[in-house]
Amino acid sequence: MPCTGRVDIIHLLNAFEDGADGVYVAGCLEGECHFSTGNIKARKKVAYVKKVLADIGMEPERVAMYNLSSAQGQRFAEIAGEMVDTITALGPTPVKGSNAA
Amino acid sequence: MIVADPKPLQEILAMVEAYKKILVVGCKGCVTVCNVGGIKEVEVLRASLMINGKKAGASPEIDATVIERQCDNEYVEQLRDTIDAYDAVISMACGVGPQFLSEAYPEQMFFPAVNTTFYGGAVAHGVWEERCAGCGTCIIHHFDSLCPIARCAKSLLHGPCGGSSDGVCEVSKETVCIWDTIVKKKMAQGRLEDLFVLQEPKDWRTARDGGPRRSIRETLAD
Repeated sequence: MPCTGRVDIIHLLNAFEDGADGVYVAGCLEGECHFSTGNIKARKKVAYVKKVLADIGMEPERVAMYNLSSAQGQRFAEIAGEMVDTITALGPTPVKGSNAA
Repeated sequence: MIVADPKPLQEILAMVEAYKKILVVGCKGCVTVCNVGGIKEVEVLRASLMINGKKAGASPEIDATVIERQCDNEYVEQLRDTIDAYDAVISMACGVGPQFLSEAYPEQMFFPAVNTTFYGGAVAHGVWEERCAGCGTCIIHHFDSLCPIARCAKSLLHGPCGGSSDGVCEVSKETVCIWDTIVKKKMAQGRLEDLFVLQEPKDWRTARDGGPRRSIRETLAD
């Protein structure tokens, strides 16, 4: 996507519905959005999905929002590692979707 | 328009936990405009119900659709061929929708997914405020088209109460004292004497106090 402002709640939920163990959104640094507030909007949508997961009885940590610039390749790799560690600690999703392992 | 807020997801889950095959029905009317029951929200609820069902190891069958308006029988009728295939139906329309559905399909189970709140409009992106109480006898021409029935916490007709402070109502810091606004507008236009007019006690029989209401256009009704 050209901007995390395009990320919608349904995109995140569809991933969980299909059996994703975790989902994270990597947006530009706050204050650096080319569309002004796209990453702020994405953060609110991630927060909404965290609430949905909690209401359903799943760990809200399975969805996360990260902010970094496109020049931070190393940070991007670190974030991927952090997310993998978080999900590994939580274990597989209890949702058996079409793409579940 | 009619404004509504989403019910807590846990409340909806509790309502439909006994049902496996569920249809979520949205409405393209007011609840689409106030982002609570349109196509996006219908899909989000459908996905949430699916995740919840799959998490419990079940094989839920949740479908979603949106009709033009749930407050018109010709649109409600469009569900006739499919509605019997479901154990229960969740309506994401205002409180009118589930009732039209329930009356049209007496054999089906219907559940509301929103809390209908008021008649109002958007004052900012994602923020709606009440403007009309639907009292049945509009008197806002006396008050520069600002309604003290809907917007004064006490529905006062002759000026602000002692709870008005710096233009804000004592009920909430978010609530404008509409009487403060009315008085300031009258003063700015040099028409403060308008407010010397004694308002007759309001006839509440045209509001909810008179029981459920009906509206008939003689030129249209058979």
